This record gives sequence, structure tokens and C-alpha cells, in this order.
Amino acid sequence: MIELRELTIRSGSFVLDHVSAEVSAGVYAVLMGGTGQGKTTILEAICGLRPIAGGRIVVDGVDVTRWKPADRSIGYVPQDLALFPTMTVREHLQFALRIRRASPTLLRERVDELSDVLGIGSLLDRRIRGLSGGEAQRVALGRALSFRPRVLLLDEPLNALDERTRDRLCELLRTIQRAHGLTTLHITHSRAEARLLADKLFVIADGRVQERPLSDLALFGDEPSPLIAAASTSPAS
Amino acid sequence: MMSETRAATSSPLRHKAGSDAPFLLAIGGLGGSYVLLILLMLAADLAFTSPTHFLAALQKPEIQYAIRLTLITCTISALLSILVATPLGYLLSRFSFRGRWLIDTVIDVPVVLPPLVIGLSLLILFHLPLRGTNLEQLVERYLGTRVTYAEPAVVLAQFAVACAFAVQTMRVTFDQIDTRAEQVALTLGCRRSQAFFQIVLPQAWRGMVAALTIAWARSLGEFGPILVFAGATRMRTEVLSTTVFLELSVGQLEAAVAVSLLMVLAAIAVLGVVRLVGARVNS
Repeated sequence: MIELRELTIRSGSFVLDHVSAEVSAGVYAVLMGGTGQGKTTILEAICGLRPIAGGRIVVDGVDVTRWKPADRSIGYVPQDLALFPTMTVREHLQFALRIRRASPTLLRERVDELSDVLGIGSLLDRRIRGLSGGEAQRVALGRALSFRPRVLLLDEPLNALDERTRDRLCELLRTIQRAHGLTTLHITHSRAEARLLADKLFVIADGRVQERPLSDLALFGDEPSPLIAAASTSPAS
Repeated sequence: MMSETRAATSSPLRHKAGSDAPFLLAIGGLGGSYVLLILLMLAADLAFTSPTHFLAALQKPEIQYAIRLTLITCTISALLSILVATPLGYLLSRFSFRGRWLIDTVIDVPVVLPPLVIGLSLLILFHLPLRGTNLEQLVERYLGTRVTYAEPAVVLAQFAVACAFAVQTMRVTFDQIDTRAEQVALTLGCRRSQAFFQIVLPQAWRGMVAALTIAWARSLGEFGPILVFAGATRMRTEVLSTTVFLELSVGQLEAAVAVSLLMVLAAIAVLGVVRLVGARVNS
């Protein structure tokens, strides 16, 4: 479960004031909103990568507000993926486990399992240079899942992928999320993506996060919905 | 006025850009003049000396000693520089803290200061009275070695200047490495030190090689601070740059030129390493 209680984040002129939201355990939540509304900022705050000015972040009932990112055990796939340029795909999958001093047996088992589920078995010994967009996404996802986090945060993970790859990855994300009962918060611009994935929909606009019924997604085509678009065009932006 | 505007929008004005040749000739000529100057200087050195002179100079025991001391001291000061410049460059690239501008300014001081002044400042630092003693005596008592007018002074004089250049290189290196990968490593369970050694440093090695070679080359060229702080005692604190000066001062122009050429060769070798590393970065 992820709870944001009265979260306040200030960064230069950008302010998110008293944001509250709750994603129950095992729920796949999608967060939508216009550019510059602070979607990424919220994810970074949950991982502990961004200092917050006030409020609380509670994960699975534990207040982690003052915890280091390393101690929060949250799987995070950033928008730019930020893969490690000097490592092979296998090393990406092993990284978090090595940090946790996992046994060689566990390393092998986990790499086998992840590469099997993600379909990246043939890439294990390759470096990340030259991976296709979809392959790189799978590696980033595998790295985030490797230490079995309870919570997964995805920042526009399927951007810049062709439709077929995107649909396949959506299916994969749902399968993994269900299998492990992961609490997931997924940022996207794409309503099609949200339709395929969301159990719960949040919309951020003007520094406020609101839960919306999923039927909002069904009402319109793939264009940004008037609702979300209208909410996103604040006078400030 | 109205009719003119209408004419302009209906038929575009005829225009020919003209030749690019004058511009290309001008930048080629001005830029090329500097390249020519360097080549002419080297050619003059080569024309002045002969293989016999060159070999004769190399066989002098004083010069052989100077070559050895130069290679050793440059290597030590370059290694010390990289040891200090890597953490300092990382600190300045990644952390913002109160008073950072002051550190930024301070580490640029050796870059802009006349080298001679650095030598003088080192000399004064080691001999400033300090409760009846001074730094020189303290080092001699506790570390058992003299500094001023001895070999450690050579290394210290080289390091004082070379390290500033290594810091600049390392800082740019870390600035160019994306911080996102480090941040993701933190979410995967890393301490900052683990993220640094496992994620950042493996990406920084080319910058470290560049910083090392730059520090080495600066140390090779160091003269003023060494003369003031380490002296120019033959078979003791004489490095190649001092040799050129000593040979010149006793009228041995041939030996001075021969040693100069030796330093040119060393500089070319260092540049070659940098280029080679750079080429591998781009490939």
C-alpha cells in the first residue's frame, strides 16, 4: 500500500501542496496529468530521491518519510530508464541482489526466472548499448523487480514504443503485477495504456491529485480527454 | 509603401549569397598561422641539433639522473593528483553545499597564479615560524625527510599545480555522467559509496586517464615552483625543465636543445595516449 499524506514538495518555483492519495495493496494505479504537473516529482519523492517539505509517505503501513532510498525497497523504473552503461543485462538483473549479498544459487535462479518472464534470455550477456527500446524497458523492469519489492513505481515506461510492443509489455506488466501482488503506481500520458492497466485512476492538476472513476478513460478516444486536458491547463503553466 | 509590400510578397527578391571562399581563407589563414608557428619551432630545434649532440647529451650522468627523477616525480605527482582530484571533482559535481563557490574559487587559484608564486608560497609555508618551529622541521622530525631543496619538494611543487588541472578534468567527467543511474542504484539498495564505486567510477575511467595524463604533462613542464622550492642542485633536485635552464645558463645551447627535444617527445607520447583514449571513447 502507498499512502501520501498531505505531501508538500517545493523545488524552485514548482510547488505541490498538501497532496494526499492512497493506493491499496495489490492495486495497479495509473497517474495521469499534463506535462510539468509534478507526476515524476511525486514518484521520486516516494522513492526517496527528492526531499519533501512536509507531509508523510507511508508504504505498507510503515512511515518511510525519513528513510534513505536504499532502505525503502521500492522498485523504480524512471522515464529515461537510467540503465548502467558499463554492465551487461545479466549484471543489471543481479545488481540489487549482489548489494544484498545474495547467494550464487539465488542469483542464478532469479536471473533465470526474470529473463524467462521478461523474454530477455538471449540478451543476458549483452551490454545495454544497442538494445531496442522494448528490450531496454524489459531490462529496466527486471532490474526493478529483481529484489522482489512490494511496491513498483513506473514513470512513463512504455513511451516511445511501437503499439505492438507497448501492448505486449502492458500484458506483461499486468501478469507480473498480479502474480506478485505488487502495489503499482504507473505514470502515463496514454489513455490506451491506462485502459489496459488501471485498477484505479488518479489525475494530477494544479497541484492536486484526484481519484477519478475508470469510466473517464472509456468515455473518449486516445486523444487527451477534455477532462484531463482542461484540468492540466492551469493558468501557471 | 503598400504597393512595395505587395510586390515583395508576390515575387521573392532575387538574391545570390556569393562566395564562401574569403571566409574560409580567412579562418584557415589565421588558424593555420599558429599551427605553422608550432611546426617551425620544432623544426628549428631539430635543425639546430644533430643525433650526435642528442646522444652525447643523453649520456651525461647529470642528464640521466634528471630523466630518472623527472619520470619518477611526474608519475608520483600525477597519481597523487588523481587520488585527490577524483573525490574533489565528484564532490563539486554532485553536491551543493554552503560555501561551495569558495572552494570553486580556491581550486582555480593554482591555475591562474604565476607558477613562480606557487613555489614561493610553498617555500614560505614550510618556513613560517610556528611556536618556535616550522612545518619543515615538523615534517623532518615526524616523517624523517627533508622537503625544501630535496626531492619531496619537486613532487609537491608539481602536485600543487597539476592537481588543479586534474580536478577540472574530473569535474567535467562527473558532470557528463548522468546522475539518474546513480539514483536508481540508491533505490536498488546501494549506499552512496557503493553507487560511486560500482556505477559512477566504471564510467569515469576515461576521464581519469585524461586527468592523469594532463597532470603528468603539467608536472613535466613545471619549472618556476621547482626552482624556487626545490632548487636546481645537480644530481639531486634537477628535473628536465631545470636541466634546460642549467645547460642554457652555462652556455651549453646544444645540450639544452637536446633535452628540450626529449621533453617534446615525452609530451607527444602523452598527447598520443590522450588521443588514443579519446578515440576509443568515440568509437
